[in-house]
Amino acid sequence: MRLHFLERTIDGLHAGLALALDAENSAAAGGLLQQLDARVKVAGLFSLILAAALATRLWVIAAVFALAVALAALSRVSFRVLATRVWIGALAFTGAIALPAVFLTPGVALYRLPALHWPITAQGLTTAGFLLLRVETAATLALLLVFTTPWMHVLKALRVLRVPVLLVAILGMASRYILLLLETAHEMFESRKSRTVGPLAGAARRHVAVASSGVLLSRSLQLSGDVYLAMQARGFRGDVYLLDDFAMTRFDWLALAAFLALAAAAVWADR
Amino acid sequence: MMLFETTDLTYSYDRVTALDRLNLSIAEGSRVALVGANGSGKSTLLRILDGLNFGQSGTVRFRGEPMTEAHFASDEFAFSFRRQVGLVFQNPDVQLFNPTVFDEVAFGPLQLGWSKSEVRDRVGETLDRFGIAHLKDRVPHRLSGGEKKRVALASVLVTDPAVLLLDEPTAALDPRSQSQVIDLLVEWGGGAKSVITATHNLADLEDIADRCLVLDGGLVVAEAAPAEILRNRELLERSNLIHAHRHHHRSGELHSHPHVHPSE
Repeated sequence: MRLHFLERTIDGLHAGLALALDAENSAAAGGLLQQLDARVKVAGLFSLILAAALATRLWVIAAVFALAVALAALSRVSFRVLATRVWIGALAFTGAIALPAVFLTPGVALYRLPALHWPITAQGLTTAGFLLLRVETAATLALLLVFTTPWMHVLKALRVLRVPVLLVAILGMASRYILLLLETAHEMFESRKSRTVGPLAGAARRHVAVASSGVLLSRSLQLSGDVYLAMQARGFRGDVYLLDDFAMTRFDWLALAAFLALAAAAVWADR
Repeated sequence: MMLFETTDLTYSYDRVTALDRLNLSIAEGSRVALVGANGSGKSTLLRILDGLNFGQSGTVRFRGEPMTEAHFASDEFAFSFRRQVGLVFQNPDVQLFNPTVFDEVAFGPLQLGWSKSEVRDRVGETLDRFGIAHLKDRVPHRLSGGEKKRVALASVLVTDPAVLLLDEPTAALDPRSQSQVIDLLVEWGGGAKSVITATHNLADLEDIADRCLVLDGGLVVAEAAPAEILRNRELLERSNLIHAHRHHHRSGELHSHPHVHPSE
């Protein structure tokens, strides 16, 4: 049932995004990363992502990944959340991209598929492994930032770190727009379900799905425009201002030094 | 000098004309209700008066200053205007985009450059005044309709704007929430501020306005005191604000009288 799959997907995305946007949930956890200044987290986690992206040895990327998992444990981010929100999704999507490399990369054939006789090469497996591990590592580190920092603090930290105002404004509004879009989609499907008795034929299901997509796009465009106008009406001109002042403590400086040292160590070990 | 003045103001959405060569003047300190059925151009007019949309032709002036895109491109004019004028949207969902109620109410003052201690004090006072202090750490988009509306009102009134624009402030609220919102507005206005309210809820008209402008088809078709407008049944029926309600009595007699939908 394609429509049921759509509904379940939208419900899941809706619940997941609402959770991700809840600053109160993440800030209340009280783990290691939650205690750090947002700027330290943005700079530190980005330096680790960069180290993983530049690494040319698999074990170096694996070490950065292990570090990310350790940070998640110390910050009380549930492994179940990481697995369902990051690891499985990244594995599925990146795996689909990496799969051809396993067969197409020239090298020593380790195994041949029985019917097709396609070779699985050692070099192909290594290439796919690099891609998968890099993506899993980067996605885990990025999610740690989102799950341990209120979204507005991430945006303010980006501005402090000289990210252009336009990009920060787009990021700020994108989260709210996506939530509105998902809420609208959720309500539309609920409303349709309440007026439908019995299963629809395949063609009718496709018709409903396509028509709903068009209406949804149009409504979400209007809503997103309204949100932007509402922000403008209260004085928003592109910059983000928050009540919380960022103040670096000795612990923050130590954490920043540790992040940079670990990233530098990864680059050094990769020579 | 007038607070707002429009001259031959025209605004269209694709092929639908929302405002058609509209001329109106709103005096400083007045409490005006823009009354009209759905699609009469009320919301469009409020957005233009708030400098969010701009007419395709005609002019709008705020205290004698032209309100054009070029003027709003200047930070000086834009901030000065936003400090004086606040708009509460009809749909509170579009107005609530911060992670907590406290942040939501603090958003406006922070954008307008208030000091942080002033923002903290004023937000605390406003939350108490609106009876929403217990919601300060909640996520705004998960509140009930009435609570969302109060947060939306608080998020605008926290800056104490001299001019308040309200788009259907009691729409989609239960009767108790409607009366709470009206009480808050009446108490806040105190007769000294300029309040422009778009509504088709005739029941609240005399509480929120001293003067009514009836909009129909993008034009002002009548202008008078609320009591006078409410007495003019022909005008209200013509403008689709009331309709004849027919029902049978036990005797079988068909009875007909004007009917209003106050909570639409």
